[in-house]
Order: sequence, then structure tokens, then C-alpha cells
Amino acid sequence: MTDHVSDGLVEPSQRTWAPPRLIPNARLRWFIALAIGLYLAAAFGTLDINWERVAEGWPRAQRFFSGFVPPDFLSRQGAILDGLLESLWMTAAATALGVLLSIPIAIGGARNASPLPIYMACRAVMALSRTFHEVLIAIFFVKLFGFGPFAGMATLTLATVGFYAKLLAEDIEAIDRSQAEAIRSTGASWLQWLDYAIRPQVRPRAIGLAVYRLDINFRESAIIGIVGAGGIGATLNTAFDRYEFDTAAAILLIIIVIVMAAEYASGAIRRRVQ
Amino acid sequence: MPTLSINDLTKRYATGDLAIDQVSLVIPEGQVMALIGPSGAGKSTLIRCVNRLVEPTSGDVLLGDQNITKLGARKLRRARRHIGMIFQEYALVERLTVMENVLSGRLGYVGFWASWLRRFPKQDISDAFTLLDRVGLADMVDKRADELSGGQRQRVGIARALIQNPDLLLVDEPTASLDPKTSRQIMRLITELCRERNLTAVVNIHDVPLAKLFAERVVGLQAGQIVFDGSPEGLSPDVLTRIYGEEDWLATAETGNADMPESEPGVVEADRSL
Repeated sequence: MTDHVSDGLVEPSQRTWAPPRLIPNARLRWFIALAIGLYLAAAFGTLDINWERVAEGWPRAQRFFSGFVPPDFLSRQGAILDGLLESLWMTAAATALGVLLSIPIAIGGARNASPLPIYMACRAVMALSRTFHEVLIAIFFVKLFGFGPFAGMATLTLATVGFYAKLLAEDIEAIDRSQAEAIRSTGASWLQWLDYAIRPQVRPRAIGLAVYRLDINFRESAIIGIVGAGGIGATLNTAFDRYEFDTAAAILLIIIVIVMAAEYASGAIRRRVQ
Repeated sequence: MPTLSINDLTKRYATGDLAIDQVSLVIPEGQVMALIGPSGAGKSTLIRCVNRLVEPTSGDVLLGDQNITKLGARKLRRARRHIGMIFQEYALVERLTVMENVLSGRLGYVGFWASWLRRFPKQDISDAFTLLDRVGLADMVDKRADELSGGQRQRVGIARALIQNPDLLLVDEPTASLDPKTSRQIMRLITELCRERNLTAVVNIHDVPLAKLFAERVVGLQAGQIVFDGSPEGLSPDVLTRIYGEEDWLATAETGNADMPESEPGVVEADRSL
């Protein structure tokens, strides 16, 4: 910095400027770049792609996809409908329950709303429920509660808590402090403070996240069914096991349509509550 | 109504910054006192130590014969009900209606469920209407706070503080984000209401001409210490230098001392030389 001050004497045309680097230390910067480069080179080297086998995959894929057409909606009509309805109620119940459980955990996990011990406990719950992917949790719950949608609902509820509580807690921490201060200064109790200062500020995001999670939960319900947690995923898995690719195709199409509809609807709702 | 006494009040923040340094002040009942001083002088901290939005490090704050610094959480909430606060940037809860914002001033007096269901006592609702009428917002009752202009928002802020039926009014830079005309109207409204209700008020304000115009007593704070305490007429260039530092105070001479007809804002406008 002192260099720059004495640089004032340098002729104006001699002055240079370059934007500050992300990593100011040049040696460290080059070391990190080199390390990443070497590791990636080694990784690709280890991959050992067998192009012959890739080429053989092509005709197989063709056979596979030709089994998909035409999709057969009708011969397993009842099973598809049952699986679908099961997925839908599983999704709705898990989202509602998950959001309900999340709200107190989110409040406890917001540093500006709760004392440190409660904060730590709630953050631990969030971290724990986010540690494992839904599929792993589903496998665990299927072992615990047996095959079927109850295991699926438990899985999605737990996953919802990890997602919803964390993001809501972050939104609570990001509120405008002055509004919270103003309500506190009136002599409001803690619960009244939550109701008047916090709730109005986080409501749009709370609704948006719930709708978004509903959308995610439906998609997940199709996946976790494959490991035995009920719903349309289970129906899909059965179809594949029986080599009924035309029925599987029908199920996939239905999932695609519902996911797209849910995504569009959740987007529209989230725009409206902003 | 009680006198506010501040005795040897000191606030040192966790960062080590000494914000207020052994400040002692007595503000008699019904006095409107302006607290002036440069940014960072400790004005905001000082008034926040009075209702303990900021915890003082040492010293006492007495409202009447009650020592606010010694109160436990529950008693502090009760004491806060009698201390109204008006904020810089209004600090209204943006997504609540004007009426909800005003009624939030009654939170210390009503139970949680009544406030949750927005079922306030009839007297509170009627008071809210009277106050909104008084501050000129009678037809804005159901508007959301974020739909209002700056001046209107501060009027809601004033109504929220006054519906508490306070003994003491803490006012933190009420005009900081308002234009010069609105600033005067807001300051006039605050001082008029203080006279009507014989309210004691501490007004943080960085605008010296406004302080001269509306306060009966001015206290100058500089680096956490009182360097001036007297009538507005005593604010000579020498005194201003002591508060704010060296500056050609006569060059920015204002018409602050001129006689201001309270009822004719148009005349006030013409007089302004800013």
C-alpha cells in the first residue's frame, strides 16, 4: 500500500491497474490450479472408457426403447391408479407433517430468535436429517416398518424437515432487524414478537418453500417406491421386473406430466406470494 | 408522570468500542429534548439503553422511581409498555396493514391469543382510529404499510408509539429519510403531540436547524460524552465545533432561529434555505 502512495510521483502514463484476484497470493493460486489439473488428469486416466462396450450399448438401447412404444395405459390400469393415488397422498401428508414439524425447529434454529443451546440442538436435527439421501433413508425405513407407503411417508417427512427447517431458519435470520426491534420495544412477548415481527416477514418464503417441497416430494415418491416405499415408484418397479416395458412407459409418461404440472403450479404460486 | 434520569450510563460493545461513556442526564416531565451529535457519537445507543434494546454495561436508567436497568425480563416488558419508540426508516412491519401496525403498540397489554386472532379490545381499536385520524391517515386503515409514502409511514410509526399511552417517547432520527418539508411536518407533529399529552421525549436528530426549531433543550453528544447541554439559542459556531468538529458554521447559516408560524407550512417552506 505504501508503494502506491509514493507512486504518486510516477508519470500518469506509467500507472497500471488490474482487478484484485480471488486468491491474492500468486503462488497459492498457481498451486491450487495445478493440483486441480493433476487430479482431474489422473481421474480421467483411471476411468478407462471401453468404447467397444459403449458402442454395443446402442442397439440394446434401441431394443429397450422400442419396448416402450406404444405405452400401455390400460392393461395395468388399476395398479397404476392405485400407485398414483398412493404417491399423491403420501406426498401431501409428508409435506404437511414435515412443514408442521419444521416450523418450531426453524424458529429454534434461527440465532436471532433462540438462545444458543436450543439453536445448537435444532441445527443438529437439521444437519442430521440432511445427512443421508432420501433413498438411503427409505431403505432404512422399509427395513424398520416393512414395505409400503408408510415407510415412504416417514422418509419424505424426514427429508422435508431437513430441507424446510434449514431454509426457513435462514430466512428468519435474514429478516429486517429494525421491524423486529420495533415490536420488541412495545413490550410484546416472545410469541407475540414471532407473530407480529417474524411471521409477516417470512410468510412469502414459507409458502413458496412448502409448495416447492410438495413438488420435490412427489418426484422423490416415485424414486423411493423403487426401494419398496410404496407409491407409483413401486408400480413402476413391478412393471420393470415383469418386463412390461409398455406399462412402464405409460407410468413414466404420467410421472413426467404430473411433475411438469406440479412445477408449473408451484412456480405460479410462488410468483404470486412474493 | 415521571422524570427520566440517566446516571453514569456506559455502554461498551463486545467489539470493545466505547459507545457511551458515563453519561448523566435528567429530563423532567414534559420536556422535549433533542440529542444531537455526529454519526457514531452514541445517540442511538443511548436511547436504546433506556428501553434496553441495547443492554447498558453499567449505570442506571430511572423512569420515575423505577430502575429500568435492574428489571428482570417480565418486568422489563411491563416497563417497555410505557416507553414509546419512533424509529429511523419507520421500522413498520411492511407486510402488515396500517391498523395492525398501530395495534402492535398494544401488544404489551393484550394476551397472545387475542393478538394472534387480531381481536383487540374495543377501546384499543377506537383509540387506533382516533390516532390515525389525528395523524391524517384515517382512510389508510387497511393499506399495507409498504404501500405508503415515507411521511405516511412515519405517521403510522407515531401512532404506534402513542397508542401505547407512553410516559416517555424515544425518537431515533425520525426524519432521516424524509424530504425537508415532510421532516418539518413530522417534527411538528411529534412535538405537538408531546405537548398535548405532556410527554417527555428524547429525540435523536442529526439536523441541527430542525433541533433548534422544535426542541426546548439540546444536548450535544460527541464520542459518547455530553459536550453541550442547554437551550437551542446556545448553539453557537463554537459549540457546534465542539460537537461536530471544525467547520465553517456561519457559511451554512440557516434560518432556524426565525419565527416559524406553526399553522402555515407554506411559509415554513419559503423560509427554507437548504
